[in-house]
Amino acid sequence: MYDMKALYEAASVADAVALRTAHPEAQIIAGGSDVLVQMRAGKRAGKELISIYGIDALRGVSLDGEENLRIGSLTSFSHITRDPLIQKYLNVLGEAVDQVGGPQIRNIGTIGGNTCNGVTSADSASTLHAYEAVIELTGPDGVRREPIRDFYIKAGQVDLRPGEIQTAILIPKASYENTFGHYIKYAMRSAMDIATLGTSVNVRLTADKKRIDRCRIAFGVAGPVPLRAEHAEAAANGKEISAALADTFAKTVLEDINPRDSWRASRAFRQHIAVESARRAFVESVRLAGGEL
Amino acid sequence: MSKSVGKSEIRVDAYEKAAGRAKYVEDLCGRNTLVARILHSTVAHGIVKSVDTSEAEKVPGVLKILTCFDAPQDRPFPTAGHPWSTDPKHQDVADRCLLNRHVRYYGDDVAVVIAEDEVAAAQGVRALRAEYEALPFVLDVQEAMADGAPQLHQGYDHNILAHTSIRNGDYQKAIAEPGLIRVEGWYDTPTVQHCHIENFGCYAYEEAGRVVVVSSTQIPHITKRVVAQALGLPWGKVRVVKPYVGGGFGNKQDALYEPLCAWCSVEMGGRPVKLICSREETFVSNRVRHAIRSHIVSWVRPDGTYAARKLECFSNQGGYASHGHGICAKGMGAFPQLYPCPNVECDAYTVYTNRPVAGAMRGYGIPQAMFAVECHTDDVCRAIGADPVEFRRKNLMPVGFVDGFSKNELYADTFNQCMDKGMAAMDYVRKYKAYQHQTGDVRRGVGLAVFWYNTAVWPISMESSSCRMVLNQDGSLQFQTGETEIGQGCDTAYSQMVADAVGVPFADVHVITRQDTDITPYGTGAYASRQTYIGGFSIMQTAQALRERILNIAHEQTRMPVSNLDLQDGQIVRKTDGRVLKSLGELATESLYSMEHSQHITAETTAQIKSNAYSFGCSFAEVEVDIPMCKVKLLNMVNVHDCGRLINPALAEAQVHGGMSMAIGYGLSEEEKFDPKTGRVLNDNLLDYKLSTMMDHPRLDAEFVENYEPTNPFGTKSLGEPPTCSGAPAIRNAIFQATGVAVDRCPATPHVLFEAFREAGLIQG
Repeated sequence: MYDMKALYEAASVADAVALRTAHPEAQIIAGGSDVLVQMRAGKRAGKELISIYGIDALRGVSLDGEENLRIGSLTSFSHITRDPLIQKYLNVLGEAVDQVGGPQIRNIGTIGGNTCNGVTSADSASTLHAYEAVIELTGPDGVRREPIRDFYIKAGQVDLRPGEIQTAILIPKASYENTFGHYIKYAMRSAMDIATLGTSVNVRLTADKKRIDRCRIAFGVAGPVPLRAEHAEAAANGKEISAALADTFAKTVLEDINPRDSWRASRAFRQHIAVESARRAFVESVRLAGGEL
Repeated sequence: MSKSVGKSEIRVDAYEKAAGRAKYVEDLCGRNTLVARILHSTVAHGIVKSVDTSEAEKVPGVLKILTCFDAPQDRPFPTAGHPWSTDPKHQDVADRCLLNRHVRYYGDDVAVVIAEDEVAAAQGVRALRAEYEALPFVLDVQEAMADGAPQLHQGYDHNILAHTSIRNGDYQKAIAEPGLIRVEGWYDTPTVQHCHIENFGCYAYEEAGRVVVVSSTQIPHITKRVVAQALGLPWGKVRVVKPYVGGGFGNKQDALYEPLCAWCSVEMGGRPVKLICSREETFVSNRVRHAIRSHIVSWVRPDGTYAARKLECFSNQGGYASHGHGICAKGMGAFPQLYPCPNVECDAYTVYTNRPVAGAMRGYGIPQAMFAVECHTDDVCRAIGADPVEFRRKNLMPVGFVDGFSKNELYADTFNQCMDKGMAAMDYVRKYKAYQHQTGDVRRGVGLAVFWYNTAVWPISMESSSCRMVLNQDGSLQFQTGETEIGQGCDTAYSQMVADAVGVPFADVHVITRQDTDITPYGTGAYASRQTYIGGFSIMQTAQALRERILNIAHEQTRMPVSNLDLQDGQIVRKTDGRVLKSLGELATESLYSMEHSQHITAETTAQIKSNAYSFGCSFAEVEVDIPMCKVKLLNMVNVHDCGRLINPALAEAQVHGGMSMAIGYGLSEEEKFDPKTGRVLNDNLLDYKLSTMMDHPRLDAEFVENYEPTNPFGTKSLGEPPTCSGAPAIRNAIFQATGVAVDRCPATPHVLFEAFREAGLIQG
């Protein structure tokens, strides 16, 4: 029994925008795997909810005219993992979201909800940051697009403006083409857990597969929001592939990350795991891209 | 006579549970049942100065608010699920009130809101404002014993609830022997929670001037007594009903909130009130396993024998006594028995702290004791260069050992048989050799640990069990006992015993699964792994009484002498030629409807049991340790048990699997974490409390050695708790072999391994 003041169900994106405008205090609910838990805990008790879960137009993965990958915000984790386009172009995202919670959570949980929560531990978030995803938002003034880095404002807060809902996540073709990535979720158990640290690396190699053409790495839980490790990327870009490069790259992430001490894990522990995860994810990404170490 | 016992019969409740038809507490209470929710203290130690109820009273649907100022503070009651002792010296400590003005842990019970529905009750609780005078608090067991520590209860100096000792031989003299090697260790185990699927819940109402409580409990007859004590009622004024229960593991071997819920109903004029705990409340405000810190010093001869040993153990009781010293004392009692040594000093302390209340939990002190003892055994082996298996073979309790107190005897070569079977299943010898002296980031290891356990509570407490059987006209029968099915499968095991003991087919036996203290004969309930052993006595005795009646009636009906009659598989048989004279159904129908001598064929007896039985075994674990990632992957795990004869092999295997799972969490991931600033439990939910999942388990291998227990009519003994007892130290010893790092605490989480590996120089950072 939930302490819910009212539930409004949107039939379409336009309907959702109208409901958002009419009920600015209301909380958006998609799959509900976070919102209902918070409501039960009393955090959002007594609130109005706007459900967008019935808007099927927001489901599915497609390629747009410019061959950018478009992921509808209500696409569930299990659909993303099994989607042929994801498997072909962005398999690392499918693998990352396949580590969310358990099967039931992955069936109900959506990638839009995962990003709109604004939490640093979201399993999709580090990979979307590492691929410089673009967030599509639809509001009373139409559609706007924003880099995911700007969408995350601070812990638990994203740039969702009055009347808006998130409608899609886009991965530009230039971002995924010839690019191979690997995600390491570090958690305290092998299922039903949130990440102590999430590490997503992807690389594009030069044509001879000897050098790193472009390397990107993003972490979850290394700071209040997901973050890129730019010094580490700079240390790898253009360099010849070697085990020593993997070590250098990994150690350099310490210049970029700022994990905190909490009862869930110490700063020293998170830093140690970040270096080791960065090294392993880099090595695996290079291997997937056809490089040899 | 064995037709059903020994077979993997399908659980008698399988269909009801799989089809969702089994009714649990929440399924049973009516729609008009009121909802009670508790306001829990937000200080770890303090005095409640006031509770402002004014805002809560305005919440629509809130009917009544009861605070600690309404609850009697001069009628403390005991909560432990022990049989009552008529000797005041052996009664459980009565230190609990319905609601507390002096709160002793973060989560203690301060007030209760009774409302028309859950939302109103929750809103009411959120609107309450309690004011506290905060007192200093203490979470650590040894800090609580120190001079100047905050005192929790009057009359318990230095917070010591109890201190008991064992002195065998002359320790001081023995350690003077030249050439001894001294091995010392401190071992810490965590506060963990039972995590049964069904949270505790109950509802209460009044009927005909009596209080009825329907509860998710392991101990209905004991709970009846505690509710009466708590409410100051004659015991006959309380009736407790136990429906299907979704697990307990000892948490429900305590009166939890039945007294409070019953009081709420009384205060509401007898209207039905339910009190269903949330998972968060279950973690904090029910019961937990005692965290025990153990200190062991062993004096070992170079030939690998013990000259003298010392054990001190410090048990963290939390804010109230509950089962109290029984847990730590049981662990201590195992110490001189498992590895007999002539010169032993043991001291066990149970100490109040401002942690959540510790009570019974599967293993009852033995998982803690075995963690300390079996980690230490491998530490000793390392110190003297002994092989862990050979050392155990040389030093473990020998065949023929008799404990002077319990009179338990080790009849068979159980330890060696179990270790042999486990070693074969694990391919231990080959792996142990292959994993010596590894280098590299990822290393493997194998480890073992044995355990000591005994069955039931005799001679510490009374042991008795009662059984009733009622024959139907068709020759089938109902039976009931006071012993409770809580998911472990005793209803099925009992049905098999009844079938064989009476002489009817398994399909003709119907168990009355529900206990109702108005109807069900007395039995103390599910704890101490007692039920299969203890229940077996009353089932056998009652079956014999029923058979006697049946054969006497058969004599009346067939004119054959009783001595020439038998009841086999539901048929009355003439023994001399094996001819079936009539079916039991024909006999029962004729008997019941007889115009001359109508008889309803029933039997009921009580068996008092004055014996107990050892139940031993061991665990083997194989791990792969990723040193840079500070992670342990459990590759294989084998448990071997000698629980006597298996009544139902499939259920026995399932029981072992469940216990192994619990041991895996204990060894690697589970612990309640406390905020040092407030005493609050930080991880009071199943996300942050790392119960292990199927994905964290290897294939679990349950093996058995069946040495029939001679004291029991069915040759069986305990298996409920034993599977939990040796897994964690086996895992720790496997990590030890893999890395050379002795982790002297569980769980061996990545955080713990990070520090340990850093200290050992295995990783930088």
